[in-house]
Amino acid sequence: MPTKTSKKNKAAGKIKIFCDLRKCTGCKSCEIACAVEHSFSKDLVKALRESVPPTKRVRIRDSFGRAVRISCQHCEEAPCVAACMSGAMYKDPKTGATKHDKDKCVGCWMCIMVCPFGAIVRSIEDKQALKCDLCPDRDDYACVIACPTGALFAGTPEEFKRKAEKKL
Amino acid sequence: MTKAKDRSIDKASQQMLKRAEAEDKQLAWDRLEAMEPQCGFGTLGICCKVCSMGPCRIDPFGDGPQEGVCGANKDTIAARNLLRHIAAGAAAHSDHGRDVAHTLLIAAEGKTHHYGIIDEKKLHDIARIYDIKTEGRSKEDIAKDLAHAALAEFGNQEGELKMIARAPESRKKVWRKLGVMPRGIDREIVESMHRVNMGVDADYKNVINHGIRCSLGDGWGGSMIATDLQDIMLGSPKPVRAKVNLGVLKEDQVNIIVHGHEPTLSEMAVKAAKDPELLALAQKYGAKGINIAGMCCTANEILMRHGVPVAGDFLQQELAIVTGAVELMMVDVQCIMPALSSLATCFHTKLVTTSYKAKYPGVEHIQFNEEEAYEIACKIIRMGVENFKKRKKERVDIPKYEMDLVAGFTAEYVFHMLGGKYRATYRPLNDAIISGRVRGVAGVVGCNNPKIKHDWAHIEMVKELIKHDVLVLQTGCSAIACAKAGLMTPGDALKLTGPGLREVCEAVGIPPVLHLGSCVDNSRILIAASEVLKEGGLGGDLCDLPAAGAAPEWMSEKAITIGFYVIASGIFTVFGGDMPVKGSENVTRYITEELDSIIGGKFAFEADPIKAAHMMIDHINKKRAALKLNPMMYEPAKKEAKEEATAGAN
Repeated sequence: MPTKTSKKNKAAGKIKIFCDLRKCTGCKSCEIACAVEHSFSKDLVKALRESVPPTKRVRIRDSFGRAVRISCQHCEEAPCVAACMSGAMYKDPKTGATKHDKDKCVGCWMCIMVCPFGAIVRSIEDKQALKCDLCPDRDDYACVIACPTGALFAGTPEEFKRKAEKKL
Repeated sequence: MTKAKDRSIDKASQQMLKRAEAEDKQLAWDRLEAMEPQCGFGTLGICCKVCSMGPCRIDPFGDGPQEGVCGANKDTIAARNLLRHIAAGAAAHSDHGRDVAHTLLIAAEGKTHHYGIIDEKKLHDIARIYDIKTEGRSKEDIAKDLAHAALAEFGNQEGELKMIARAPESRKKVWRKLGVMPRGIDREIVESMHRVNMGVDADYKNVINHGIRCSLGDGWGGSMIATDLQDIMLGSPKPVRAKVNLGVLKEDQVNIIVHGHEPTLSEMAVKAAKDPELLALAQKYGAKGINIAGMCCTANEILMRHGVPVAGDFLQQELAIVTGAVELMMVDVQCIMPALSSLATCFHTKLVTTSYKAKYPGVEHIQFNEEEAYEIACKIIRMGVENFKKRKKERVDIPKYEMDLVAGFTAEYVFHMLGGKYRATYRPLNDAIISGRVRGVAGVVGCNNPKIKHDWAHIEMVKELIKHDVLVLQTGCSAIACAKAGLMTPGDALKLTGPGLREVCEAVGIPPVLHLGSCVDNSRILIAASEVLKEGGLGGDLCDLPAAGAAPEWMSEKAITIGFYVIASGIFTVFGGDMPVKGSENVTRYITEELDSIIGGKFAFEADPIKAAHMMIDHINKKRAALKLNPMMYEPAKKEAKEEATAGAN
């Protein structure tokens, strides 16, 4: 069963999304769920027919034969925030999440160049950087809920560590 | 977790759902919840795993890979997946037909005395289609030739299926022109598997056109053979009264459920339940009798021929066990949830498989064969009776809901019903449509699906159709769903019926919703449509008829196959949920728009049953207008009445 995060927990912040690489089969269900969550209709079939197709902010890439999830890690000392010249990238003082203000973004792509994870994607149409926004429209996380093996986990680093060690 | 009332509209099912929840039993609905959200690639039909270069999946949003390793794009992949589904569905129905033909053969050869040739008239009628000499020959000789001819249809390699000769000439011309006339039932299924193999057919239109060919081999071949040969061997159904829903299970009797699709063994079970020796044994254990009840399409088969009560439809198979009152459930093939085996261990219910094609781990298997059919049925029933001892009285909770229904309508019987015994004819039906009493005919068929509130879509759609004077023909689990809602009794259902259709139903004495049998019996709908066309006055081809089809809660691959042979027969069809093709815009457009001009029928996908019903009604109206039929008799009157009312108010 996918781990569901309560609303209260999410509002309290300090939540990150982790991937247990031992359990990731590379099915890309998180990619689809992310794209659908960031569409206008939030419906799989309808999203396909939208004039601007939604962009996913999580990617599954192959690394030496193992599926690796690539997405914003919400770094404590985020290089993208330091590199952003317009102040569009910023750290949320309450939750510690790395956020992006699309009104300020000028599309210089500096954040993409400095991101150590390659987690930021471009929206060519709007000339804007796009990244994981921790699903502001929902109480849980679309990718975590969509993960069929429970590889994705939402919680604090300590919680994830405990969970990962227990499963060994 | 969703509530019982959101899971099913049926009161008996709700009661059992609540019990399952209280006892923490996992049912199909719970397993669906655990499975959600389901795989987007699978939902859209754009994953391909036919070769080991894959598995490949196309990025539906366009920024990932758009071609598989071999270069197959989303159109190719979606079309190939669809063809695989069609082939599987056709295989299921047709293999059923093959078994029936085999049974007829050994019955005619005298190798089994359990089956005979009951409907001689139909034997002669069907033999004529195969050019088998009937005059002066014994029924066994004719049946032997017919069984051989029917079995030959499966392996036929060249020319056309013989059974399809029953289709109207105009329709056959369309099929020949498009090159989709089926040659042999098995050949089209095998060719489907060839075409979807790595690196074969890549043009989505070509792939889907073969799907049409394969499905026609089912509808006008395998399924039709199943229906007609069953009628010959087991007797053609005639209208019969019966009861339906979980309330048919008896607290003081041994309850045995027959579940699956093929009627050969269940027919024997019905007979064996009357065996004096077994009845005596049942009484010894304190049961008042042996109660046989059906489930799914096996239920429909024995309901149509013997009026045996129906315990429920597809999603009620687990709920029947949850009553705690079922001693034994015997299953054959198709639509049997593997979950039954573990659920049965939570109760005293014994599960028995009977077909070598369908075994379940840990479930006792008693192989059925036609030669010893009755003895095997007795053996299974005896197991059920013996199991009555283990029933725990305090665990029994049978919902007190049951409903009357009239079933047993066939394409042949409608003749007699409408015209009377001496002038059997479809004329009154055609006249009723032409004069505007009856708007048209709709076939509402198909399964249950936990993604849609159980029975709700079937019932709402059918109510909306009869309200608008559309005569509804039903088969399969859809028929059971509507029967439970009381739509198959002339009394209550007529109150919901439009005035024109009501007049006709009252005059003839039929309910507005007719039960035509199991899911292979959809072939009866094809024959009825052909007969209506032959009667005249409603156009020159099946696609001119004011008719439509629907499968509001479909889930099986068989439903896809049925859908395809129905649209290929020129009838517009609405599916309740999407087929897994939405990932390809081209394939979706081809089957929902372009096929209409090519073959005279097309699909639509609409989850809302009321909207779907109106799509069907609009289609029927369009066909009525094209035929220049009279306006609906009671509609202008309604409008005038409204105008008068507003005038009066002014």
